[in-house]
Amino acid sequence: MDVMPKWADVILIPLISILLAAILSAFLLLSMGQNPWDAIVMMVEGSFGSSYSWGYTLYYTTNFIFTGLAVSVAFHARLFNIGGEGQAVLGGLGVALACLYVPWPHWTVAVLGSATAAALFGAAWAFIPAILQAKRGSHIVITTIMFNFIAAGLLNYLLNGPIKVPGSMELATAKFPEPTHLPTFEELFSFGETSLFRAAPANVTFFIAIAACFAVWWLIWHTRLGYEIRSLGHSETAAKYAGISPTKIIMVAMLISGALAGMMAINNVQGEAERLVLDNVAGAGFIGIAVALMGRNHPFGILLAALLFGFLYQGGGEIALWMSIPSEMIEVIQALIILFTGALDQLVRMPLERLFLSLRRAKT
Amino acid sequence: MDFATLLQMLDATLRLATPLLLACLAGLYSERAGIFDIGLEGKMLAAAFLSAAIAAVTGNVWFGLLAGIGASMVLSAVHGLASITFRGNQLISGVAINFLAAGLTVVIAQSWFAQGGRTPQLTGDARFNPIDLPFAEALQNVPVIGPIYYELISGHTILVYVALLMVPLTWWILFRTRFGLRLRAVGENPAAVDTAGVSVIWLRFAAVGICGILCGIAGAYLATALQAGFVKDMSAGRGFIALAALIFAKWRPWYALYACLLFGFLQAMSLRPDVIERVLSFQVNGQFLDVLPYILTVVILAGFVGKAIPPRAGGEPYVKER
Repeated sequence: MDVMPKWADVILIPLISILLAAILSAFLLLSMGQNPWDAIVMMVEGSFGSSYSWGYTLYYTTNFIFTGLAVSVAFHARLFNIGGEGQAVLGGLGVALACLYVPWPHWTVAVLGSATAAALFGAAWAFIPAILQAKRGSHIVITTIMFNFIAAGLLNYLLNGPIKVPGSMELATAKFPEPTHLPTFEELFSFGETSLFRAAPANVTFFIAIAACFAVWWLIWHTRLGYEIRSLGHSETAAKYAGISPTKIIMVAMLISGALAGMMAINNVQGEAERLVLDNVAGAGFIGIAVALMGRNHPFGILLAALLFGFLYQGGGEIALWMSIPSEMIEVIQALIILFTGALDQLVRMPLERLFLSLRRAKT
Repeated sequence: MDFATLLQMLDATLRLATPLLLACLAGLYSERAGIFDIGLEGKMLAAAFLSAAIAAVTGNVWFGLLAGIGASMVLSAVHGLASITFRGNQLISGVAINFLAAGLTVVIAQSWFAQGGRTPQLTGDARFNPIDLPFAEALQNVPVIGPIYYELISGHTILVYVALLMVPLTWWILFRTRFGLRLRAVGENPAAVDTAGVSVIWLRFAAVGICGILCGIAGAYLATALQAGFVKDMSAGRGFIALAALIFAKWRPWYALYACLLFGFLQAMSLRPDVIERVLSFQVNGQFLDVLPYILTVVILAGFVGKAIPPRAGGEPYVKER
């Protein structure tokens, strides 16, 4: 029997971890002579105060849902895919090639094509690290880190020459043709006189992300493959004994993970920038780690955690703009959340477990 | 390529290999004791910032060095606490440390100096300056040996020589002392070490501590010797190249030196595209040279060139049997 009830594990521990991260961040702000309360008020207003700010928050949320799901699928097989960043870079390349070189008639068809390209390119970038882990036992963390750097170098090379607009100084591809334009929330939800989400980048990809949450939930808990992935994650020897091939499951889990990370590019490359630029992923691949840890590897938790990080990103941008707090403050908060929910989990868990044990003893 | 250019390139190689070597040896101690450390990058960055900040304020680079080591040690302590005491995931802890350093350095630099997340330019005694080895001037005109001694061997900062001396020292500590034997054992089979009555916890903390000191020196070198001051993200992936070098070197000190010199040479080449073009008579892509260390490491990991076998107990927290 578990020491703690399930709700404590799923809700209480993440909440305490956020609280610890928030308290430490508040102390940091205080030591810089800033008022933490003002900062929080400004962050909340800046990310939830209007439909415009919601449009930004949900745009970031969409990115983090994809990368969070990507990390979580690998986590279920006990693989730590730290290469979401590189896989998303390649996904962006796939989207750009699909949008630029295929004459799509309408966005509904274009998004199917670009999503497929993004998933294929992302999965391809996870393929070599996966096969090295499965066949050679090389640590997936090391290889995926290496592939992040190689992806950045590859994109830099391509944008410096082969796919750049000839004669342009800017490191970017041409703007994608009009039929590939994805409807933004402004176009979807503004009726007549009332204009909502004006000029915000949130777009139809948000619903694809929600669909991806359902798909991952179905895959992990309602299919044979998901069962095999989870078995491998719990115990490799037991999985082998049950006739599950670790090689196959490692490969499949990593390919799905890479595909999900790659699909983030529909949102940021096709939905927002509408062309491929350098640094388009901007750390979203790494935030996926924090999101997956926070969300306890469950799609619903990931949705909430992605919203939290969407809030941190949009709100953090606001305070960087209006108060003299550098936007790197978000990175500190992100680091603290990863530290408390991921590495220092026991720090929160041990006293809580003791508390619940003594509560139970008091009852009996 | 003429002799003088070659010497220049090798000189640059040595300077660029130094932070890699220090970080690589830092990772070597930690990983040999069974603690994976992908937070080398963050520790270097934190040390680079604090060393530059303290050197700028006090005007004395030695205080800067101490402060840098201190900053790196604090992060090492966090890593040790998370991965040894609380038996958390060492990789996740490393990721967190990298972000913590990347964010905190800029936030604090902005708050202290208000120069857009950098420290003031360091001059004079606030930097490590090149030192001339004895007779360098006198021997300068001796053919072949003279220029090699004057250009390549002499005229580096003290930290370059410290890094080079760390290689034999590390070899001696790891393979010729009792502490080294135990350190290696704790990375292969901690239960056996525990049975012999030696504290696994203490050994691992010692290894993580040494890792912190070396990363601190590496970071201080970046900000006070290689460059004159701290700028945002100045470690620029060197912690990860060091990690790659560690795998390339198969967790051995002398091989670590060769791997770091090789990767340092690649960095020196990408800084001098004109030289490569003259020698090879075709253009080599700079981005390609930048990612070559990573590609080479993946090739090594793929097992085409020997096999890299990490310490067996690496990454696993030790749980004492009850």
